[in-house]
This record gives sequence, C-alpha cells and structure tokens, in this order.
Amino acid sequence: MKTIKLLSILFISSLVFISCSDDDDPIPVNEEEVITTMTATLTPTGGGTAIVLKTQDLDGDGPNAPVITVSNSLAINTVYTGVMEVLNETETPAEDITEEVLEEALEHQFFFTPTNGIATVAYTDTDSEGNPVGIQFTLTTTDAGSGTITISLVHEPEKTEPGVSSGDITNAEGETDIDATFSIVVQ
Amino acid sequence: MSVKYYLICLFLCFINVTISQNCNLKFQGIIKDFHDDTPIEGAYIKMEGSNLYAISDERGNFVFNNICTVNFKASVSHVSCDPKIVTVNLNEKAFFEIRLEHHIEELIEVNVTSKVNKKSKTAQETVIKSDVLERYSSLSLGDAIKEIPGISSINTGNSIVKPVINGLHSSRVLIMTNNVRLQDQEWGIEHAPNIDINSAESISLIKGANALEFGGDALGGVIIVNPSRTFNKDSIFGKTMLNGHSNGKGYGFNTTLTKTLSKGFYINGQISHKQTGDYKTPDYFLTNTGSKKTGFSAFTGLKKFEYGFEVYYSYLKNKIAILRSSHIGNVEDLVNAINSEEPTIINDFSYDINAPKQEVIHQIFKANYYLRFKNFGKLDVQYDYQNNHRFEFDIRRGDDRDNAALDLELQSHTFKSTLKLDSNSDNIYKIGLLAGYQDNYANPETGVRRLIPDYQKLDFGIFSIGNFKPSDKLTIDIGVRYDFNRINAKKFYQTSRWIERGYNDDFSDIIIEDFGTQLLVKPSFDFHSVSVSTGLSYDLGKNRSVLFNYGLSNRAPNASELFSDGLHHSAARIELGDLRILKETSNRISGTYNYDTEKATITVEGFFNHIHNFIYLEPTGVETTIRGSFPVWEYKQVNAILFGADLNMRYEINRKFVVQNKSSFMKGKDVSSNRDLIDIPSLKTTNLVRFTNKKWSNFSAEIQSELVFRQRNFPNNNFEAYIPRTDSFILVDISSPPPAYHLLNVRSDFDLKISKKENVRVAFSINNLLNTSYRENLNRLRYFADEIGRNFSIQLIYNY
Repeated sequence: MKTIKLLSILFISSLVFISCSDDDDPIPVNEEEVITTMTATLTPTGGGTAIVLKTQDLDGDGPNAPVITVSNSLAINTVYTGVMEVLNETETPAEDITEEVLEEALEHQFFFTPTNGIATVAYTDTDSEGNPVGIQFTLTTTDAGSGTITISLVHEPEKTEPGVSSGDITNAEGETDIDATFSIVVQ
Repeated sequence: MSVKYYLICLFLCFINVTISQNCNLKFQGIIKDFHDDTPIEGAYIKMEGSNLYAISDERGNFVFNNICTVNFKASVSHVSCDPKIVTVNLNEKAFFEIRLEHHIEELIEVNVTSKVNKKSKTAQETVIKSDVLERYSSLSLGDAIKEIPGISSINTGNSIVKPVINGLHSSRVLIMTNNVRLQDQEWGIEHAPNIDINSAESISLIKGANALEFGGDALGGVIIVNPSRTFNKDSIFGKTMLNGHSNGKGYGFNTTLTKTLSKGFYINGQISHKQTGDYKTPDYFLTNTGSKKTGFSAFTGLKKFEYGFEVYYSYLKNKIAILRSSHIGNVEDLVNAINSEEPTIINDFSYDINAPKQEVIHQIFKANYYLRFKNFGKLDVQYDYQNNHRFEFDIRRGDDRDNAALDLELQSHTFKSTLKLDSNSDNIYKIGLLAGYQDNYANPETGVRRLIPDYQKLDFGIFSIGNFKPSDKLTIDIGVRYDFNRINAKKFYQTSRWIERGYNDDFSDIIIEDFGTQLLVKPSFDFHSVSVSTGLSYDLGKNRSVLFNYGLSNRAPNASELFSDGLHHSAARIELGDLRILKETSNRISGTYNYDTEKATITVEGFFNHIHNFIYLEPTGVETTIRGSFPVWEYKQVNAILFGADLNMRYEINRKFVVQNKSSFMKGKDVSSNRDLIDIPSLKTTNLVRFTNKKWSNFSAEIQSELVFRQRNFPNNNFEAYIPRTDSFILVDISSPPPAYHLLNVRSDFDLKISKKENVRVAFSINNLLNTSYRENLNRLRYFADEIGRNFSIQLIYNY
C-alpha cells in the first residue's frame, strides 16, 4: 500500500513539474556574415557606361539559386577599371562586406578566371604584405568572342604559392566564400 | 545512550552468569531468506564468547541445548550471505527467526571476483572490466567498447568517436551512466558521448533493444557504464593512473579515492585530466587535432541491505579541435580535397586548439533512494538533472571570428521509479515508471541561424519485466514497455526553404509569425510507442548454453531528423530534416551459442534486424548558392534489414599462452529500393597471442593483429558537379570506401614492487607498430587525411 502511495505521489509530482514550461518566442537570427550579393563594376578607362556583373542570392544557404546578371556586352580591345563590392542584403540597410574583406586583406583574395581568352585581368591593389587582394583590378578585352568569367572570393588562400599572386587559383587552396560564373560577350 | 545500555546488559549478564548457573536453557530458531522467507540450509550460528556453534538443517532450523547464559550475542553467517549479529535474551523468548540477505543476484553484486556481472541473463550482453578499460584511459568510451565483436565506431577524426552497435548508432544507442540515461545531443554524428572513461569501473553492453528497463528506443543496443562499487567494510582505497603517448605528445592522469564504512556509508571522488596535441600520420601532422578533457565526479551515500541512498555529481569538459583542412567552402573544395593525397593545411606540431573546434560541458546530478520490503521487493526512486552545453566554433570572419557558430544548451530532468518484486526468486518482476522533461535552448547570439531549434520535450514511460525460471536449465525474460514522447519546438524557417519543402501545404497552420524572409513556426508532435522484449537462455550442460531473443522497439525521430536545416562545412553539404518523419520500428531476432570453460571460450552471436521506416540521411540533389554548389542530404525513411554474426574464440594453449580471435561480419540493405545501406562496418577480424607468467611479477606480453576489409557493399552516392572555372562537370566520388588495412599492436605489462605490500602496474604498448598509412571508411574525415601512425604509450597504475 505504502509503495503504491509513494509511486503515485512521484508520478503526480512529475506531471506537475513537466507541465510548467516557459513559452517565450525565440528571436530571429539575422546572419551578419552571409554574403548575398557580389558586384563587379567595370568602367571603360576611355569613358562610357560602366558594365555591371552581379550575382545575388537573397536566401543565402537556402534553396533558391543566385540570380546572375550581366548589364551589357563588353567592347573589344578595351581596358576596364574594375571594382568589387560584396554585400549582405539580408540586413537593412545592406551591410558592406567589402570593408571586412579589406580589413582582413591578408586572408582574402578575389580570383578572375576568363575562358576562351576573351580577356585578361591584372590586380591593381595590394595587402600589407604586397600581395594582391583583387578589390581593384583592370580587365582588358581581346578580339570579339564569347565565353565566361568566373569570379571567386577565397578565404585564407596561400598567396605565396606559385601563380596565386598573379591570379591563378590552381594553387590557392583555402575555402571558397563566393564562386560565380558570368556569361560574357565581347563585341 | 547505547554505551550505557551495553554496560547494563553486560552487568546483568554477569549477574545472570554468576547467580544462575542452571545449564538447561535452550536457544533455537530458524534462518530464512530476507526476500522470500525460504529457509536457508547450512548457515553457521556461533555463540559469541564461547566455542559453541550450530548449523542450520534443510528446513533452516537450528538448536543449542544446555545453555548456561541468558544474555549473549550470536553471530550468524552463511557462505553467500553477509554475516549478522543477533542479541539474545532467553528470558524474553527462546525461538528466533533470523533473516539473512541471501540472494543470487545480490551475491553477484557483492562478489568481486565473479566472472559474470551481467544485467540480464538472456540478452546478448558483454561486460568489459576495469583491467581492460584501463588500457583505454587516454582514449574514449567508443574506443574501449570496440573490444567487443560487433561493435565499431563512427568517427570524426580521432577524438570524436561514436559507438556503433551492429551497424546502428547515435540515437539508436542508449548510454546509461550510473543509472542515468545520458542526454547529450547524441543525435549528431559529430557529437561523441560525454563520458569520462576513467570514471567507469566496468561497462556492460547489451546488443539489441532487450533492456527495456532503460528505454524502448535502443534499436542498436544499450551501453551501461558503472562507476566503482563499494562494499560495507571499513576501508579506504584508491587508484592513480598516469598515461603518456608519443603520437600527439599526449599525457593524462586519473585519481580515484573511495572511503567506505562497515555501517554502509561511502564516499568517492574522482578527477581526471588529459591533453594531446596534433596527431601525426606516418607522413604528416594532422594540424588542429588536439584535445583537452577534464573530468570530475563524486558520489556519496549509504548502502544498507534494507535501504540506502546515493547522491552523485559529475562534470566533464571536452575541448576538441577538428582537422583544419576538413573545413571547406564548396563542392569544388571537396573535389580538391578528395583528389589531394595530403590535407591542404599542414603545420608543425602544436597543442593549440583552434577553430574548427568543439567545446562541450556535461554535468550530471543524481539522487536516488531505495527501500526493501520484507518478503516483497525493492523500491528505487531516482531524480536526475543533466546539463549539456555545446559550443561549436567555425572559421569565421570579422567581429564574429571568436564567436561560437553553435551554442546549444540542453537541460534534462528525469524522475524514475522502479519496483522489483523478488520475493520468489524463480519469478522476479520489475515494474517501472519514468517521466522526463527536456529543454533545448539555441542561443541566437551566435549570429548563425539555428541548426537545431529551441524545443521542449516530454517523455513518459512505463514498463514491466518478468524473469522466470521454469526449470534449472531455462530462464525466460519477458518485458513490455510503453513510451509517450511530445516535442514542442519553435523554429525559424527561411521562407524559401519552407516553400521548397512543401510545408506551406501541409503545415500552414503552425506559423506563428512572418518576418518576411523568415517564418517562425511551432511544430508539435506526439509519439506513442510500444516495445516488447523476450529472451530465453537454456543451459545445455557441459558449460554450453544458448540464448534466443526477440525485440520489438520503436524510436521517435530526434530533433536532428525532424528539424536540421543548414550547411555543414565539414562535409560540404546541406543537411535537411523533415517534419513529416515518423517513428521507426525494429523487429530484431538474435541467437547466441556459448561455450565457456577455463581452457576455451566460444561465443557465436547472430542477429537479424528488420527496421520499418528506418531514418537515414541520403544525398538527393545539388543546390547552388553564392558560394558555389553543394550536395543536399535529406533525412528519408526506408525499410531496412541488417543482419550479421559476431564471433569470439579464446583458447588457452597452456598456462602461459592464450590465443584469441574476434571477428564480426554484417550487412545492411535498404529493401525499399534494393540498395546497400551507408555507414555499415566492414568485415573485421582480430587475432591475439598473449603470454603470461605470474611468477615474473605478473608479466604479460601480447601481440595483436587487426585486419579490416574494404567495404564492398556501399550505396553509390557519387554525383556530378559543375565546375564553372573549367566549364565542365566532374565526378565527386564521396562513396568509394578506402582499401583494406592491417594493423599490428603490441603491449606488455608487469608489476613493479615499490614496497612489501604495494605494486605499480606498468604497461607499455605500441599501436600501429608498422606505421601503416590507412583510412577508415567510418571516419567522416577520411576524404581529407590518413589515420594516425605509430604510437608508443606508457601507463602506470597504482592501486592503494
């Protein structure tokens, strides 16, 4: 009898105990590090309208694929001054991640890989150790043709490995933060 | 007070003896079992202060004739009982009923040298004792239990080792430590059980869900970690272990001290610390693979036969670095890692623990009380509280660099009560009740969307187990259990993910708030499960026996299977849970043949497990993000079968040489689509020769060969990935298992005399003697690096 009493007391007390849970709603997390948008603005050195290469993935690691746009075709045998911009547009106003990349320039590098020999790219900026970062660059088109340009942002690349400082990603290692391919027509 | 009483007694005795020397008194009685009142034959009754004694007959009766004294003390003892002192006053009564604690199970609990100390008589159970556990002092629980055939592990590097029982792991393996069910976010493959192996005295492992007392959802099995036992005698004893190993330049120590009193009080304290730096393969350092583990535990209590209590607390902090090169950005990085012979980042040796890393603090508090009722049984009530706080640090940028990417605090409260009715030792019943509450809190300050949401979970369980002995040769166990689980979660979904999953059709009613790009939803699930276990053991005579088991078990999906939603950098994959996942149901049959003598042991265990709605992760496609593309792994449900056999053979050639073989083989199939299951351990066989000579300071030396075959049965989850730079598709081979490997390990130990009574046990071992380069299929970091190379270890064990 005593046993049954004891058991039932325990049982009831445990039910009381588990029924009192708090009910506050959690707050949403807005990821500060997410990169949603990368823009390469190419301004012809001789003047003219800038061409914008843009990839935008507003849901970050979510299921929607990034939207990739190229504002216009490039002109043949032209030198363009290029500037990179990376943004987190999940926040309002959008957070400029380019500043962070610049602050940690030693650990970041943009790589530009054209196909079909449509253009060449040269870095015009350096980090504190004299290696390129790639926020600023020049792009020189060749003769008419079409192909792609892949722009990558690599975190912790081996900048001193062969070819890396001249823009060859092959030996860069590190981790890819951004990887986007733009279809380009040169005419 | 008692002293006074004593003196008066003595005084009266004296008077009695001197005044009335009429030696015709009679002292008689009966000796009975405390539990079931059965008479005890052969008990030895001695009158203290004289040389008179008697032995109880087959009815438990004894008699002393021609006694001269009225007041005296009598001691009653029996070969399998604790002795008892009875105070006799023949003027008050002449017939005594004396109850002794005579019980088979209790006998085993008390008997240190007993060969078996099993929790069950009919299940596929193996016990690892302290002498074997000591060998793994610098490693982990998952490493130690691989001593048992059929047990393997799924690893993330070398320090995160998860036990796999007959192919099943994570939430399908239940771990009990000091009678507390470990609640430590066991759902993730990269979450190793938070057990300090140094706090264990012995470990019992039961294959299959045949230990319903602990839970109905252990489809794989139950691991029971027992702390050091105490005995009712005045004593203080302890053990100190020191370890050192060359690979990783690791060191560790462990000290345990126990004080016991004959009245039943005991107190124990244990502290351990171990640290290693970067491990090394035969060819290179594994940069960022160090770890630091600190553990502390203490318990105190009272152990009487009729009642007792215990209060227990344990604290464990593990800091584990994860191979730097395993943190990658996208599929292209993964392809590069797979194709590269060596990890991409190799630095010099260091003890540093940098990101990616884990930090887990696990605390357990337990209090229990038990009471025995004469001729009825034993009631045990227990409350436990566990706090599991897990931080995971990723490679991050900017202000968040040193901020954890994951910060989960899981708190669990459990009340349980069991009643054991053992008044008839041929029919023992156990009934039990459990109520649990769990709260998971995901800290939003990480700045990373929650991988696992905030949730509350309620558990209620009730079980009944019967143990019957219809004949001397046959033992039958039957158990039934009912469990109720309720999960109430509050989770944010990206609106795009919510739509992609199709939840807007099925779950639109659970949305609490719309934040635009994110939705706050309130999923709530109830699960009802019934589990059944039956087992029988039959003694064939001549040291042979057979066991048969059948178990029906159900497991409700865990938080990871329901809710996980995010990118795993270590695997370069997006993992998605599913709100539609149902519980899984296992029907497992198994049989064991056992032959056991001093000279030879043969144990053959076979099993067949059919799992309906088996939950597992499988790649289903590729998603593209701004980082590049990633394979998507989704939790799915299929019908699966797993079957296999485990073998253990030991043969003593002579008093000095022993040979042993342990082998295990199993297969796993997804019968819904006729494919092999992923993460199934491959055929493994271990052979050992041991030389022992007790005369040479208890010397022993052994050589062990471990052969692990290549897994030939694997699902092909390879996929083609688009590499934009080269504008081409390449095959990402994530499925092909690494080749077979063979390792040689040697070990020797002996006693070093430090004084007349005291010894230090010295052990020396070399693992991977030949410095073989190899990769293990069940290591999640096998894409990135080899396993560790040769490792010299030395260990000193001092018992005092």
